[in-house]
Amino acid sequence: MTSSPTPLDPERILRIREAAHRIRQYALIQAEVQGQGYIGQALDIADVLAVLYTDQLHLDPLEPDSEDRDRFQLSIGHYALALYAALTEAKFLPVEELQTYASDDSRLPMSSMRTYTPGVEISGGSLGHGLGIANGVAMGLKRKGSDRFVYNLLSDGELGEGSTWEAAAVAAHHELDNLIAIVDFNDQQADGKSTQMLSMEPVTDKFEAFGWIVRRCDGHDVEALLCHLIELRETEDPRPRVLIVDTTLGKGVDFLEAREKLHFMKVDQEEWSVAHEKLAESHQVLMQESGR
Amino acid sequence: MNQSTIPQNLRSGAMSADLVKDGQRAVPAPLGHALVDAARQDERIVGLSADLAKYTDLHIFRDAMPERFYQIGMAEQALLGAATGLAMDGYVPFASTYSVFATRRAYDFLLLDIAEANLNVNLVCALPGLTTGYGPSHAATDDLAILRGAPNLTIVDPCDAIDIQQAVPQLAASDGPTYLRLLRGKVPAVLDEYGYTFELGRAKLLRDGADVLFVSSGLMTERVLEAAKELERDGIGVAVLHAPTIKPFDEEALVAQLGKGRLVLTAENHSVVGGLFDTVARTVASRGLGERVTSIGLPDAFLEAGALPTLEDRYGVSVRAIGETVRGML
Repeated sequence: MTSSPTPLDPERILRIREAAHRIRQYALIQAEVQGQGYIGQALDIADVLAVLYTDQLHLDPLEPDSEDRDRFQLSIGHYALALYAALTEAKFLPVEELQTYASDDSRLPMSSMRTYTPGVEISGGSLGHGLGIANGVAMGLKRKGSDRFVYNLLSDGELGEGSTWEAAAVAAHHELDNLIAIVDFNDQQADGKSTQMLSMEPVTDKFEAFGWIVRRCDGHDVEALLCHLIELRETEDPRPRVLIVDTTLGKGVDFLEAREKLHFMKVDQEEWSVAHEKLAESHQVLMQESGR
Repeated sequence: MNQSTIPQNLRSGAMSADLVKDGQRAVPAPLGHALVDAARQDERIVGLSADLAKYTDLHIFRDAMPERFYQIGMAEQALLGAATGLAMDGYVPFASTYSVFATRRAYDFLLLDIAEANLNVNLVCALPGLTTGYGPSHAATDDLAILRGAPNLTIVDPCDAIDIQQAVPQLAASDGPTYLRLLRGKVPAVLDEYGYTFELGRAKLLRDGADVLFVSSGLMTERVLEAAKELERDGIGVAVLHAPTIKPFDEEALVAQLGKGRLVLTAENHSVVGGLFDTVARTVASRGLGERVTSIGLPDAFLEAGALPTLEDRYGVSVRAIGETVRGML
């Protein structure tokens, strides 16, 4: 099910696009430290995180544990560098700290963990856990009478875990209308394309059958992402909500987009500066198309 | 079935709700009532179950405080996930199911979401060891072996209603995660006769004796106390150290009882692999005490289905079998 988004203030959209560009830059900085990593996923989810962290989430970097905050939970722990990039953009982390990514004694481990990093809500990594935890947090927020929301980012691969569907059923049964799940549909898992391995399509139908409000859009269309996330938050309806976002691995760096799709991408030493250049180019094109 | 294969004098293997013997003092649903009492004092307490509230005594809590109870359905991974999220928001969840489901099916969630984050989630799990005749699908003979490797987790194996009633508020008050091997239904009241009180993390000497030392946990403490009375009539002095907290283990209380020239046995309602015996043996070995320790417990085997009294005798964990083991060794 797709609804046509309403036009939004162009300045708002541009601001989010600029933030998404910086999140991609921050992701590249971290990946270069290790010479490899989940850079494909970080680039594919940057637009979603930009909409959330610079527009939708009610957060205060000075009070990361404030009761009165929205909770963003990264179920897919290996997307950590994307989350650290977004937390940097949202001023939870200083830019310099990105250089420590996945190094000894760093607060930024390869897989994100709640006990390591300010602003990281859950320990991800073992897939199929996030949505169940989000249920409990959503239940807790309701008990407190809070109107804050829980956002849970999971992946298309994670839909293969039975526990995800246990959690989906529980969320609908308990009418957790303060829960918004986001599924990154990049059609990529460790062994290859998700749809060729254990296809969970039609995903929208499955979530609808489980009793959820479902929207699906291009995960790089900032305006569509924003419209859907606003609508999903504001809709008066007892059902939990899910936004499925179709994304491109390596988005924004053309040679990574074109490279053989790999779960864990290796990038040669000399390619990093090229990657930064290509990212700047694609951002410039995007801005020109927007009339800037 | 051929007529000739039907045995005589059939005893039922049906799920028995109660552990209590005829004429024994007992408390109905001690977990449920203790949790209601604790929840009246502590607003943070909530209850959850995965389709087994009625069979884990959590229905008492559910009926007394329905607005604080979540029925998750037959979904143990979702049960532990929801308990995790509630604890992250400052609530103190008591989540119930059978031990086999919490430890085997949902272990990854127990370990990574609850134990790693050191959250105050309290798992109350029924059918520990041999308390059902259903066989391996329901009998948690391996839960301690699975869970002792989980950092941060406090593990409690209560003997009776007294242990359970007194443990509940202490489990809620302790900051980290806990796992209680739940005895349900009408549960015997035993330990109050020994001037005993439950203290989380402490083992206590219930009786002293010159010839034999039992280190026991769970319902086996009741059985070794019974066996001790019988052995005493034969002039055999038996000491019983009850160690309901399996982890962290009260090593000092154990060490204080060793080196007295007594026959030392552990008694546990669990496989002899990975439970109380291994915990005691680890202490003895690491301290260089060189004491011989004999284990009474369930075999390293898949248990047969059948009636509990039959199986308890067969596996050497009945009062009679315990007495025979001791006599055979003295």
